[in-house]
Formats: sequence, C-alpha cells, structure tokens
Amino acid sequence: MQLPPALHARLAAGPGAAEPLPVERNPAAGAAPFRFAARLVHFPREHEFFEDGDVQRHLYLQDLFTRVAVEPEKPRVPEFTCQVAGCCQVFDTLEDYEHHYHTLHRNMCSFCKRAFPSGHLLDIHILEWHDSLFQILSERQDMYQCLVEGCTEKFKTSKDRKDHLVRCHLYPADFRFDKPKKSRGPATPIATLQVPADALGDDREQSEGDAMEVCSEHVAPRTEPMAERPTYSHRIPSTICFGQGVSRGFKSTKKRSKHQ
Amino acid sequence: MWNRRHGRLRTVGCGMEELRRRRREREAELRKARREQQLVSKRLLRDDTPEEAEGGCVALILGEAEIQQFLWLAQRGTGEKEREGALVSLRRGLQHPETQQTFIRLKGSMRTLVGLLTSNQALLQLEAARCLHELSHSEQSAVAEACLPATSYLLTYLAGHSSDLIELCLYTLGNLIVESESVRRQLLPQGIVPALASCIQSPHLTVLEALGYALSQLLQAKEAPKKIIPSASACSSVLSTPLPQHMLRLLQPGPKLNPGVAVEFAWCLHYIICSQVNNALLITHGAVSTLGLLLLYLAGAVQRSEDAGLELLLCPVLRCLSNLLTEAAGGQVQLRDERVVVSLFIILQFLLQKQPSLLPEGLWLLNNLTANSPGFCTSLLSLDLIEPLLQLLPVSNVVSVLVLTVLCNVAEKGPAYCWRLWPGPLLPSLLDMLAFSDTEVVGQSLELLQLLFLYRPEAVQAFLQQSGLQALKRHEEEAQLQDRVHALQQTALHR
Ligand SMILES: [Zn+2]
Ligand SMILES: [Zn+2]
Ligand SMILES: [Zn+2]
Repeated sequence: MQLPPALHARLAAGPGAAEPLPVERNPAAGAAPFRFAARLVHFPREHEFFEDGDVQRHLYLQDLFTRVAVEPEKPRVPEFTCQVAGCCQVFDTLEDYEHHYHTLHRNMCSFCKRAFPSGHLLDIHILEWHDSLFQILSERQDMYQCLVEGCTEKFKTSKDRKDHLVRCHLYPADFRFDKPKKSRGPATPIATLQVPADALGDDREQSEGDAMEVCSEHVAPRTEPMAERPTYSHRIPSTICFGQGVSRGFKSTKKRSKHQ
Repeated sequence: MWNRRHGRLRTVGCGMEELRRRRREREAELRKARREQQLVSKRLLRDDTPEEAEGGCVALILGEAEIQQFLWLAQRGTGEKEREGALVSLRRGLQHPETQQTFIRLKGSMRTLVGLLTSNQALLQLEAARCLHELSHSEQSAVAEACLPATSYLLTYLAGHSSDLIELCLYTLGNLIVESESVRRQLLPQGIVPALASCIQSPHLTVLEALGYALSQLLQAKEAPKKIIPSASACSSVLSTPLPQHMLRLLQPGPKLNPGVAVEFAWCLHYIICSQVNNALLITHGAVSTLGLLLLYLAGAVQRSEDAGLELLLCPVLRCLSNLLTEAAGGQVQLRDERVVVSLFIILQFLLQKQPSLLPEGLWLLNNLTANSPGFCTSLLSLDLIEPLLQLLPVSNVVSVLVLTVLCNVAEKGPAYCWRLWPGPLLPSLLDMLAFSDTEVVGQSLELLQLLFLYRPEAVQAFLQQSGLQALKRHEEEAQLQDRVHALQQTALHR
C-alpha cells in the first residue's frame, strides 16, 4: 500500500477539510436490480465481525500478545523505620513502607488510634463513636449510615444496618459490623473490618489488635510440629506495631533518622 | 503496561519457539470460545523474583497438613517475619492447582485467609491478598468461587490508600467477575460499580490499569447492556457514575497518555458503546472528538514506528469511533477534520503490514466516515487516496467488499465525484474484480460499475475497450448476479 508522500505532511498540518464537491444524485442510482445505498453500519458486541479483534484482546489479557521487554528492578534502599510517632516498623523497600503507611496511618482515628480501610468508614466511625450528638440524634432519627459507599440508606440501629448489609448488599452474615463496647476503651462498630470474631469463644478478649487469631478454631487439629510450639500469651514483640495496638504499649515517640 | 511488566516473566522459562506454539494453540482455543460466547480471560499478577517466576514447576504441591501448618503459623507465628513467611510459602503452594483444590476442601481455610486479609498488619494483609489472587486466577470454577466470601472486603479496600493492595484487589475482582453471572449478581449489590468509580482518580498508573481491567471484565458480561451499563438504575450502573468522563480523560492524547491504562479503558468504552445504551451521553462528554484526536495521535505514533504499545489501542478505538458515528445524536457533527481520514489511511497501511486481520475494522470506520459525508468523500479524492485504497482489494474477500463499498459511497454522491474517479486506476481494478468468483465481491463491483456508468458515461467506452463484456459474461448464469449483469450489458450496448 503506497500512500502519497504529501499525506504525512497533511497529518502534521492543522485541522481542516476540503470544500465538498456538489452532491447530485440521480434516482436511477441503486434502482432495481441494483441495490446499493450508502449506509452507516453498527455492529453489536457479539457480531462475528469482531472475532479477530476480540481474540487479540484476549491474547493480550493472557500475556501471549507480547514481546520481550525488561522490567525495572524494585529499588532497594537501606533499612529504615516508620516515622509516625509511636510506630517503629522497619522496612527495606519504599513500596513496603508506602503500603504500611497507607494501611495503618492514613485513615487513622485521631481519638482512639484505630485504622480504617477507607475514609468513608473512618467518617462513619468518628460520627458514631466520638460525636457526642450522635446518641441524642439517633434516638430521634435514623443515623446509622450504610457502610457501602454510594448507598444513602440510614438506619435506626446498627443491627438494622447489619440486616440491610446482609440482605441488600449480600455481605457475609459474619461480616464484622458490631463489636460490643468494652469497658476498657473505645471499640468500633465497624471494627476495622475484621471478619472473624464471632468464630471465637464469644467473650474472649481480642488481644493486641491481632485480628486473625479468632479464626483459630477453624484451623483444624494441629499437627505435631505446631503443637510443640509454645503459645505465648503476649507474643507480639514490642518492635512490631499493629493498628489497633498502636495506642497501647508504644508510647515512645522517638523518631529514628531514616534513610532515603 | 501489562505486557512490559510481565513479558520478562513469561519468556524466562521457555524459548521463543515454544512461546509461539503456545500462542497458536491458545488462539485456536480463544476462537472456539468466542464462537460459543464463552470468551473469558483472567490475569495473574505476580511481582516475583525470577526464580519464582519460572512457573508452575517451582510451585510445590502442599498437602492438607502443610496448608494447616502455614495457616496456623500465619496467625500465630512468632514475629512478623515468620507469619509473613508462612503466607509466602502458602501462596507459592497455591500456584499449583492441586494445592488449590486441597485448600478449598479444607474446612475453615478460606475463613482464616479472609481473616488474615483483614489484618492490621500491612504486609500480612498484602500476602493474604496475594493468596486470594492466586485462587481467583484458577481455571476451576469451584476454586475461584471459594473466594466469594472475600469480595465485600476486597471492595472495601478499593477505597483505601495503599496502591499495591488496591491493585491486587482489582485484579482479583477482575478475575472473579468473569467466573459467572451469579458472581456478578453478588458483586453488584455489594457496590462494585461505585467502588470501582472511587478508584478512577487514583494517581497511580498501576491502579488505573488494574481498574480498567476489572471494569472491562464487568462490562464484557452478557448482561451488561441491561444490568450494568444503564444510567436509569440508580447508583449501581456505570453511566450514572463519573466513570465515563474520567475514562475519556484517560484517553486524551498527549504526553500523559499511558498506553497500558488507555488500552483497558478503550476496551471499556467499546463495550459500553456497542451496547447502545446511552451513547448520546458519551457524545455529550465529547467522546467523538476525544477519540478522533486519539486516532490522529495513534497515526502519528504508528508513522514514527514508535514501539510504545500504542498499536494495542487501534482495535478498540476504531470500533468506538465507528459505532459512535452511527448515532443519530450527532456523532458525525463532531468529526469534520479531514486529518481523521489521513490518520485512518496511515493506520490501514500499518495494519496491512502488521495485523491484516484488523483491516476490516479500519475499513468499516472508513465506510461510516464516508457514507453520509460529502466532505470526507471529497478528501478521499483530493488527497489521492483512491489508488492506495484499491491496493487493498486483493487482501481478502471481506476486505474487497468493504473497499468497494467505500468506493460506492464516493461514487453515489454524483457526477462531480465520478469525474474524479475516471479516468484513473479504478476501472482496471474493477475489471480484475470481475474475474473473482465470490458473489459478494462481484456483486459489489457491479453496483460500483452501475454508479460509474450513470454519472460518468464516458467510462462505458473504456469498459468496452477493455473487454468488459467478456468479464461480465462469466457471471451471467449466477442467480444472485444475473439481473444486474444483464442491466449492465444493456447499458453498455445501448449507450
Ligand atoms: Zn508505621
Ligand atoms: Zn475512634
Ligand atoms: Zn446500603
């Protein structure tokens, strides 16, 4: 296919169009037995016309539409420590640090130091747990907002909300919506999205913000090597911080110098 | 972009020959799946060390006891490193289909994994998400569906701030979406559409590309035109979110255009546009002009033979533009610049050399550009594009018919147009076409001859001199052609 050389220059030049030649149709054009008529054509998604293009798309999705390319290495940096006051996590890549920071420190409640997976959930938490007007207002009107972003429903109680989430949003029934307020300190109704608690012996305290242990009864019989492991009652080394635990035990505000 | 990030991983273990063979096999399978309307794909995101990346051979098959042990260690190991390490081992095991089966049969295992996913410990959480991702990629429906208890959490994390976790959640959701309609019936009320919409303003290109992937998987669903795209059905539909405007923004040409991201969203747009739900809305947001400018940009890149992966955009962009032009809502009006035609020819030339199977899609756009537009038909003539177009005739029957149709679009505009078509290379090419036996190709050639003879009677003489009547005679007996053949014979003889 030989394109006229001037064409490339035309692309580089500015927008514009030729003055259209006059259109003058004769009724005999396309008259039987001829049938041509200029037509715009629409193709729906399943049309076989799209087969080749669709197959190429899926080859690309499956990594087979590919040429060899080099991937840049993850930049390694000297070990450094999280700078947030009270946090002392150590990292050796910036990615790990970023992830840690965004998960733990970005949506943190400044009153009770709990971390939330999204700003939306943090807002709801603050409203429900640290806003003194909330209790009063909730007696008069529906104040419990749906947790699903984009849903504007509100409810009288958090129990109603839970029912709504399970029924309308198909959330799992064991989704951790409500954690009873404990005398020891603030708890959160939307408990940083921890699934498991119900699975545990119900009245067992959740320890050190260790969200996962509650699943233990499901991790069936322990095999030998595991059984031999000592189970520490306090097994989190003080060098490690957890979202929920941050307020406890890590009072140190020392900042270590970090390397970039 | 995707294949750049992952290309290396794929080629470490095997040679180019092996890769080509696998590609051919896969292509045949995909073609079959397309015909059965079962065309689905998943993506596997592995940010691994090269040793790990070499594939399934390294993945150890884990037994029940080992899985239990790793899960237990992940929950109760001493220290973060040990717990994380246990999950890494589990994840490597889960790369193997047999381990996946064992894992989902193990009571409580998914519950534990979901528990780890909701951990406050960032790296543990990320590792748990990676385990889920491995499972979501499985070809076994039972394995992928075992991940369903995690979807409400995966969706919640999309509103978070860790780009690594969001990316992983998006690819995992994107894999689960195509599993079945029942999976999508769970994801929609859980708020997948607004959750995806919340990611589109992310500054991270990896997140945007993953978002485009997940969204395209959702929009590809058979029920999408009725249940996912419409703007009527409140907050759970794509057109009622800001997604369309942002998708168009991400397709704006210029130095900020990222090919990997743009490819995904161009496909999303294609799925929306071909469904014809509310294309007027997209046109209002400037879809036609954005796509038109993008076409110019792609032509420029193709012409400079830049190897940036932009060619992957060609197919969806051609489709979007072409289908939008059929809208009554003014698709045509926004597109007047003749550089669109120039770009399309540069792209056709590229496709002829590199991806001839996509030529019909380009010519389809040329048809929709020229069908109702005297302006573009005139540009075709004034820019000397008839001859290059004729050079495409021999490619295939489908291509021939489309080329002839475009030429008919020009010719039917009347004498002023046909004066520019003859004398010239058109008539000899048409005579060559009459030597073909494909009914559609010959039929369309007859249509073009009729228009040419009608508006440019001088061409008849030349036709006769070049043994046109003999060429027509070949098709006298063909039922679908004979009426038109006779009519042309009459015209030629009684002129
Ligand atoms: Zn920290
Ligand atoms: Zn709080
Ligand atoms: Zn709701």
